[in-house]
Amino acid sequence: MKVRFKLNGKFVMLDLPGVERLIDLLRERLDLVGTKEGCGKGECGACTVLLDGKPVCSCLMLASQIAGHEIVTIEGVAADNRYAHILNAFEETGAVQCGYCSPGMIVSAAALLARNRHPSDNEIKRALAGNLCRCTGYSKIIEAVSRAAERVAQERK
Amino acid sequence: MAKENPQGNKFNVIGKASPRVDAIDKVTGRARYGADHSRTGQLYGAVLNSPYPHAIIKSINTERARALDGIRAVLTHADIPGAKSFGGIVPHQMVLCSGKVRYVGDAVAIVAAETPELADKAIELIEVEYSPCPVVSDPEQALSPSSPLVHEDGNLCAHHKVRKGDIETGFKNSDFVIEHEYTTQKVEHAYIEPEAVLAEPGENGGVTITGSVQNLYSIRRAVASVLNLPLNRVRVIQATLGGSFGGKDEAMSAICCRAALLALTTGRPVKMVNTREQSMRESYKRHPYKMRYKVGVSNDGILQAMEIKIIADAGAYAATSQFVTWRSVVQATGPYVVPHVKTDIYAAYTNNCYTGAMRGFGSPQICFAVESLMDELAAQLGLDPFEMRLRNTLKDGSITATGQKLTHRVTLDEALRNVTSAGGFKAKWLANREQDSASPIKKGIGISCSYRGVSLGAEGADAAGVGISLQTDGSAVVTCGLVDMGQGAATTISLVVAEELGLSSDKIVFLNADTTVMPDSGPTVASRTSFMAGNAARVGSTILKDRIAPVAADMLKCKASALVFCHDFISAGSSRITLAQLAAECFRRGISLSAHGWYKSPKTTWREEDGTGDAYFTFVYGANLAEVEVDIHTGRVIVTKFISCHDVGKVLNINGAKGQVYGGVAMGMGYALLEAYAEEDGQPKLGNFDEYLLPTICDMPQTEVIFLEGDDPLGPYGAKALGEPANEIAAPAIANAVANATGRRVRELPLTLERVLLGKNLIPGRERGSAMAKGAES
Repeated sequence: MKVRFKLNGKFVMLDLPGVERLIDLLRERLDLVGTKEGCGKGECGACTVLLDGKPVCSCLMLASQIAGHEIVTIEGVAADNRYAHILNAFEETGAVQCGYCSPGMIVSAAALLARNRHPSDNEIKRALAGNLCRCTGYSKIIEAVSRAAERVAQERK
Repeated sequence: MAKENPQGNKFNVIGKASPRVDAIDKVTGRARYGADHSRTGQLYGAVLNSPYPHAIIKSINTERARALDGIRAVLTHADIPGAKSFGGIVPHQMVLCSGKVRYVGDAVAIVAAETPELADKAIELIEVEYSPCPVVSDPEQALSPSSPLVHEDGNLCAHHKVRKGDIETGFKNSDFVIEHEYTTQKVEHAYIEPEAVLAEPGENGGVTITGSVQNLYSIRRAVASVLNLPLNRVRVIQATLGGSFGGKDEAMSAICCRAALLALTTGRPVKMVNTREQSMRESYKRHPYKMRYKVGVSNDGILQAMEIKIIADAGAYAATSQFVTWRSVVQATGPYVVPHVKTDIYAAYTNNCYTGAMRGFGSPQICFAVESLMDELAAQLGLDPFEMRLRNTLKDGSITATGQKLTHRVTLDEALRNVTSAGGFKAKWLANREQDSASPIKKGIGISCSYRGVSLGAEGADAAGVGISLQTDGSAVVTCGLVDMGQGAATTISLVVAEELGLSSDKIVFLNADTTVMPDSGPTVASRTSFMAGNAARVGSTILKDRIAPVAADMLKCKASALVFCHDFISAGSSRITLAQLAAECFRRGISLSAHGWYKSPKTTWREEDGTGDAYFTFVYGANLAEVEVDIHTGRVIVTKFISCHDVGKVLNINGAKGQVYGGVAMGMGYALLEAYAEEDGQPKLGNFDEYLLPTICDMPQTEVIFLEGDDPLGPYGAKALGEPANEIAAPAIANAVANATGRRVRELPLTLERVLLGKNLIPGRERGSAMAKGAES
């Protein structure tokens, strides 16, 4: 099945088997290995990507479902200057430890900040509730996302 | 070694909030973890696990699997060229089982295929005939003479004891004696990255393994002996690790041996990646303990005697059980002076999933028991828990349960004072006991404290190396035999080198560990990395500096003693050169810019006969405080505030140190309230995070971190340890807070809704969650 979609800002045309998971397409065929697999059933959020701007678990989607849609992975987020504040804030605050959950966390945070420029701590928690982290205890992650939001707000002034 | 910089006794980088050296790779997604490594032409490996926890293998037929197109190898125990089993202490863990299977994570056969789907299909076609044996699932029963045997030489895996004073005299001297049993559950490390490995046949007839490995050298020993290869032909490279917490040792040895076997058989690279379900089924867990404490105390609240008997479930294989239980026996009395002690700990083999190292290494269990007990004693005596502890805590010069005199500064009371005064403990603790009975929400506050031996102690050889290679442009490559598994070792070691050589930390690239680069530095465990590798980094930096300083002195026409290395410059008075200029000049003169630092720990002693000795060369001290709200209609516990104080000796990187504490508290909270790896007759009752519940971002309380800097004379800049202390006392602080709120003591972890509400756990149905869904499918 030939499928056309937008991936990290560029149009892609690919021949897809019907049963391939989106995460496998990204990691195994397109070498976008920044997207991680932690549980394979939508519990941990390590595989989060943006589907038309909304965070989704790529382990729960079939690749064929993205026909005509736009996918942004952590590689796309990292290359997009609009998200630089999030990456920097994660780096500076110490929100990254082993880093395995970080791509998913950052993608979820990017989706949040795109729709809510001044999230409260509770809104940050709700937006990241689907992303498990075993290292950080989450404190620094909340700090990173609110620091990124502040910087974006300052820049817009 | 450099003690000061030109500004006086302040450090340039040590103690500051430094970003991690690996953060940029991790936030951009370009860091490569185990499963992110692939090679052209690679095959995919898969494992056939035993469906039975205990059974004799009567026959294995691989014919149908072999006949499948695209299958390149189907291997059983008969295909192993070397040792059939491995293990650091008892080498009996089977790579592929022959005579019998001992738990459901045991492997019987492995397959390499052109695609993962084909590999799975082949696994289904392997026919194994089993004759099931009686399942040993209770460690206490396992030790009775009538129990079926898991291993031929008996079910006793380990027994350690500590004898101090005379226990009978101790009870005679006591005004009253209390006796309670505490139990802790089996928990999973739950690193978010499941185990992954890529094994490639090497040009030299050996094998190169890249993967999620925590302890490279023990894995290399296992692979070499299984494949009958010399150590130099087995190269183990650590991929960026997605968490480990003690968990990627024996579990990785098993998967590495299997992948290497497949790679050498097929002559092609073989990749093996565990699903979460496989990881849960196969990988070892934290030991569940059953702990009986009989404690005598005099009317003034002074501990007189402790008689302790602990039974640990080792599961199917020994792994590190002997060492885990040894740490428990040393620390079992908690951080208190007890004149008369009799402790026995036993680990028993069962057909449950095996248990081994997990953050804490035998301490979270005993901390839960002792710290609950101290509160129970306080209640009996009419003292508050803080006062009760202060009367008994270890102080400067105290003698521990193993007869060790503490010669360093003991900061336990200071840690306790810090958390209780920051949390307003006493007033809240008293007020909570008189709460309005109309409201279903009850508030509680609780404290806990611990002492913990740093590094391996009398377990065995304790030394580590760091390699430093200065480049002619003033940048440097640093590597170490210990790994960064997320805890921040790469950053800490880089900061030490930066401090010593006057380098900016962003001029350093830290390489993941590789067995062909660094000598065996032992395992990355026991919160030993900052201490051991930090000291090794100082040694290496000093060797290098002593070699290049005379050249700098020559270039600056001054004495070497007048040189100051700082901010990538070397200065003497008003003249200076860059580190790059110096490095280039050294290269021109043929002076080596590479150095290797090696550090061996100070001496420890141990007498196994009576459990006495200087078990650890130094100790760390800490105290925790938790505030909770308990809904007495549902049993739900919410942790509302947490304060954690630790004497770390010296903070090396404040970002990293705080991160260790926040993460340790979260893991301790999971242990206290949520997590339990359930098994029934040796069969796992859950397999993924839908049922194994981890704390989420919504569960975390506001957490305050207080560091004490006791300045240890042995540690790098005085630093000691933090990773495990940060985790071990969170659960008892929460349990004590719950008891303060409800007036009822729960002596079993985790504090589930039912335990808090009814005082007992309800037994869940046989099939539920993912297992039930699977049943419905078929």
